[in-house]
Amino acid sequence: MKFFDKTEWSLLYALPVLIILLFVLPTWLVNYVQVSMGMGLVALAVMIQMRAGLVSFGQGLYFCIGGYTAGMASKFWNISDIFVIFAIAIVATLVVAGVLGFLLRRYREIFFAMLTLAVSMILFALLSSSHELGSTDGFNLPQASYLGWRPEGETAGATLFILTAILTLACAILINRFLRGPIGKIIEAIRENELRVEYLGASAHVSVHILYMVAAVISAIGGVLWAMALGHVTPEMANWTTSGQFVFIVILAGTGNVFAPLIGTLILEVLRVYAVEISPNTWQMILGTVMLLTIVFLPKGLWSLFEGFVKRLSSKEPAA
Amino acid sequence: MITTVAIILDGFGFAAWLFLSSVGLTLIYGVMRILNISHGGFYALGAYSAAWAVGLYTQTGNTIALTYLIIPLAAIIVGTLTGLLVERGLLRFMYGHEEVLMVLVTYAVFLILEDATKLIWGTESYVAYQPAYWLGTIDVAGIPYTIYKFLIIGTALAVGAGLYWGLNRTRAGKLLLVVIHDREVSAALGINVTLFFTVTFVIGTTLGALGGALTAPEISVVPGIGAEVIVMAFAVIVIGGMGSVGGAMIGAVIVGFARALSVHLYPPIEMFSIYLVMAMVLAIKPYGLFALAEGRKI
Repeated sequence: MKFFDKTEWSLLYALPVLIILLFVLPTWLVNYVQVSMGMGLVALAVMIQMRAGLVSFGQGLYFCIGGYTAGMASKFWNISDIFVIFAIAIVATLVVAGVLGFLLRRYREIFFAMLTLAVSMILFALLSSSHELGSTDGFNLPQASYLGWRPEGETAGATLFILTAILTLACAILINRFLRGPIGKIIEAIRENELRVEYLGASAHVSVHILYMVAAVISAIGGVLWAMALGHVTPEMANWTTSGQFVFIVILAGTGNVFAPLIGTLILEVLRVYAVEISPNTWQMILGTVMLLTIVFLPKGLWSLFEGFVKRLSSKEPAA
Repeated sequence: MITTVAIILDGFGFAAWLFLSSVGLTLIYGVMRILNISHGGFYALGAYSAAWAVGLYTQTGNTIALTYLIIPLAAIIVGTLTGLLVERGLLRFMYGHEEVLMVLVTYAVFLILEDATKLIWGTESYVAYQPAYWLGTIDVAGIPYTIYKFLIIGTALAVGAGLYWGLNRTRAGKLLLVVIHDREVSAALGINVTLFFTVTFVIGTTLGALGGALTAPEISVVPGIGAEVIVMAFAVIVIGGMGSVGGAMIGAVIVGFARALSVHLYPPIEMFSIYLVMAMVLAIKPYGLFALAEGRKI
């Protein structure tokens, strides 16, 4: 019995690689890798919902809940321990997603897309108009502590990076398990034909509800990691244009594997640095054009190219 | 008493704006089953082109009266041309895909339009207050109210009546209802479905541009207004039932009054009164008040 499958082994191997990168790469690039891991988790959340045919245009809601929990915990309750913050963020997310799930699980297709968008815009409106939380400017976060240990300077950065890497990869492994498990199979069947799923005795509503909550939790974890890495949160995190970028990442990267959205985020973040520098007013235009090209010519995303490449390699091997 | 009058006036004012900004969205959805996210982009295009044209015109020092012609003209020109470009150049190749994929396609168009607007007009704000200012205000039961608002309410009513007449009383409108009901059968009957799609899309985008253009004198036109309006417009049409023009009108009135009530009675909830109403309506009628019936796929 193999305990880990191929994807999971690759994710495990990725940890030492990431830690080596931490010491090899220049600091600014390390920051991008770290930030993209946080965002990558949100893209992963969008990806697993896309597997059920559900496009979430409001995943920023939980990204923002995660970020603001981290900020508010230290601002109002003086909690800076990252594990306590994670606990609060996950509980808050489970409550919100659990309640909203009852409304959203009834909807599919465009209704799901637009209602998730509307719900996340409520939080955006709330935060933008709240003066205690810095309204549209947001506020800064202090440095994290780890079970009473408060690292300073470079150690702090390195610790957070390693924790981010561990959590991101762990989430990816768990999500991979989740997708291979019963609910993972059911949600793919829901995309194909929901009524038949019901005839077979599974509840589509309950599966979508669970899927929605799982996606919410990893988005919130991503939000905490992202906010900690940047040290700043703004209501923009909940704006639908932010959520739209996560959707973009998944369209571009594809839904074939849990790796795809993580790598897609990193590529996008690095590209953005250059694109914004070269021509700041055409970044969205580039995104839009690339998105259209992907939808038309590569409907399964970049990952399908990679998969095809691997297949061709392995089919050649026995012949040689 | 004064609050009541103010609520009624503001309610209709908001409602007219909401209806003008969202009716194009519901029209396109009703006919083509495309939820056009780029609608926000057309709204912004209309607002920018009107504000820019009014600005150019007022510099010449001629009478302000002509701006009331310039505003709709700017919207119609930019809405029609860009709408044609998007439909002929892109969307027609995508027909037949899943509805949710079309959302992503129009989202991509929205992103492109946003930056196109920035490239043409830059990122600074445009102000074209003259048309709204020139008409002055009128006293309604002791409350001064800008006459321009009445102009918008009038336009909204005219657009609503025009669409009703066009859809129900003309040959083309009746054929369009056939297309809405069954695309394949109407094509088999010899109706040029492609033409109807193009015309509907262009009318829808022009209405979006018109909504933006008419609002331009009341606001300062800045980047990002398109992203805001799409959320509002969606809430309005989902309350009325997506694809129903009458529903959009009722949705606009409901949302408009909800917002006016919260502004005057309890301002803190103004920003989400719209979502509150939407949640309440959807809790009772999951697909809006006048949603078209859908068959189940087995």
